[in-house]
Amino acid sequence: MLEVSGITQIFGGVTALEDVSFTVAKGAITGVIGPNGAGKTTLFNIVTGIYTQTAGRVFLKGSDVSGLPPEKLARLGMVRTFQNIELFGGMTVLENVMVGLHTRSSSGLLACSLRMPWSRLEEKKIRAGALKWLEFTGITDLADVTAGNLPFGKGRLLEIARALAVEPEIILMDEPAAGLNSHETSDLARLIQRIRDLGITVVLVEHDMELVMDICDRIVVLNLGRKLAEGTPREIQENHEVIAAYLGDDT
Amino acid sequence: MLKFLAFAGMILLAPLYFKGGYLMNVLVFVGIHTMLAIGLNLLLGYAGQISLGHAGFFGLGAYLSGVLTATYGWNPWLAMPLAALMVGALAFAIGFPILKLKGHYLAMATLGMGIIIYIVFNETVELTGGPSGLSGIPNLAVGSLTFDSDVKNYYLIWSFTLVTILLTLNLANSRVGRALRAVHDSEVAARVMGVNARLLKVQIFALSALISSIAGSLYAHTMTFVSPASFGFNFSVELLTMVVIGGLGSIYGSFLGAALLTLLPEFLRAAQDYDIIIYGGLLMLMVMFMPGGLVRGVPDLFRKLLKKGGANHA
Repeated sequence: MLEVSGITQIFGGVTALEDVSFTVAKGAITGVIGPNGAGKTTLFNIVTGIYTQTAGRVFLKGSDVSGLPPEKLARLGMVRTFQNIELFGGMTVLENVMVGLHTRSSSGLLACSLRMPWSRLEEKKIRAGALKWLEFTGITDLADVTAGNLPFGKGRLLEIARALAVEPEIILMDEPAAGLNSHETSDLARLIQRIRDLGITVVLVEHDMELVMDICDRIVVLNLGRKLAEGTPREIQENHEVIAAYLGDDT
Repeated sequence: MLKFLAFAGMILLAPLYFKGGYLMNVLVFVGIHTMLAIGLNLLLGYAGQISLGHAGFFGLGAYLSGVLTATYGWNPWLAMPLAALMVGALAFAIGFPILKLKGHYLAMATLGMGIIIYIVFNETVELTGGPSGLSGIPNLAVGSLTFDSDVKNYYLIWSFTLVTILLTLNLANSRVGRALRAVHDSEVAARVMGVNARLLKVQIFALSALISSIAGSLYAHTMTFVSPASFGFNFSVELLTMVVIGGLGSIYGSFLGAALLTLLPEFLRAAQDYDIIIYGGLLMLMVMFMPGGLVRGVPDLFRKLLKKGGANHA
C-alpha cells in the first residue's frame, strides 16, 4: 500500500531523518514509534506531502507520489490527522465533516452561486455522507456544536470522522492518543480497529506503548532519525536495541 | 431565503418612505458600497486573505467602462461585462504570485498593487484624463428608459446589489463556501481534505475583483464622471472598515457596514477631513469590543441586556 524508500531529511545542518525505508501492508495497522526527536512527525509530514524530503521516494499503491501536495494525495486516497488537532474551529462539527467530502463532490463557484439543481442534490449527498461518519465515530449528537468549543477528546474523534469522510484507502494518524485519558484511549483503540475492519490501512505515530502493542500488526522503530527495528509487537518488545534506545544503553 | 425576501422587500419599498429626497442619492452609494464590501468580505471574511488594494479593482471597472463608453462610444451594457471579465482575469493573474504570501506580506503586496493602479489612473493622461478625471460617461439605459435620476439609479444599483447578495449567500452556504472557511481556519487541514487551497484563494480573489469591477462600472455610469481620487488607498481602508464593522464572514454584515460608513459621513459633515481618523478609531474599537462585527455584536449586546433586565426582576 505504502512504501517509503531511503528518506533523508536535512534541516539546515541537522539531519532529521537518514535513509529510512519501510513498507506498509494493505489492510494492516502499522505503528511508528521512537523516543522524542526520533523523526516520527517529520517522516509523517514528508509522507503526507507537507514537507518535501531532501532525498528518497514515497510510493503509494505502487506509484511514485514523492513531492505531491496533500490535496493531490487526498484524491489518491491518503489522508492524515494531526498531533495538535487541526479543526475548522469556526465551523460546526457537521460542516467540518462535510469538508471531508470535498473530493467526492465537484460543484464549482458558478454552480454553487446559482444553486443549480445538481449542486443542491450534491449538497444533500454531502450532508448524508457526513452524518454517516459522525455516527461511525459516535459524535452525532454534537453535529451542530461549533468545533472550536469541543473538548479535546471529542475534537480528536471529529478529526478522525472528517478524515474518514474523504473515504481514504490509507489514514495516517499523528499521536491520536495524545491528550486522551485512559478511557478515551481504549475507545480510540476500538475505533482504530473498526477503521481497519473497513479495509482502510492505518499508520500511526504513537507514544502510548500499550495502545501500540495492543492494536498494531507491525511496528517500525525510529531512533535519532534512523530506522532501528521493524517487526511484530512481540519481536519489538524483545529487541535489545529497542530496549536500549528507550531505557539508555548502559546495559 | 425568507430573510432575503424580507430584506429585498425592504430595499424595494424604501424609496416610498424617503420620497426621492437627498437621501436617495446616499442610498445609491450604500448599494454600490454593499457590493464592494461583499466582494472584499468573500476574500477577507470567508477565505481569510487580506487585500488593501480593492479600491484599485473598483477603479479599474469604473475607468474601463468610462473610457470604452465615453471615448470609444461603446454600449455601456457591453462595456460593463467586458470590464468585469478583464479585471477578473487580471486579478486571477496577479493572484497566483501574491496569494502565496500570508498575513502582513499579503497586505503589503495588495497595498502596492492598489497604489500602482492608482498611479496608472493619474499618469495615463491621454486615456484617463489624469488627475482632472474623465467626464461625459453616459448613463445606463434600457430602451427609452435612461437611468438619470436618483430614484431610477436606486432601483438600477439595488437590482445588481440584491442579485450579488443572493448569489454570494448561495455561495457562502455551499461546498465552495465551506472550503473557503476551512482554508481560513486551517489551510493545512483543508489541503489534507483535498481542497486545492491555492487555486481556491486565487479564484475567490478574482471573483472578488470581478464584483468590485461591476460596482465600479455602475459607479461610473451613475456619476457620469470619474477621477483617481475616488480609488485611492483611503478608499481601500474604508472598504476594509466596512467589512470588519459589519461582520467578517457575513453577507448581511457587509450591508450593515456599508450602510453605516456611507451614512455616517453625511451626519458628520463637519468632521470631513478627519474621516480616515474616525475610520481608524472605529476599526480599533470594533476589533477590541465587537470582533464579530455589528451583525453578531448587536444581537449579543441585546441578549446581555435582556439577561441583565431579567436578573433585576428576579
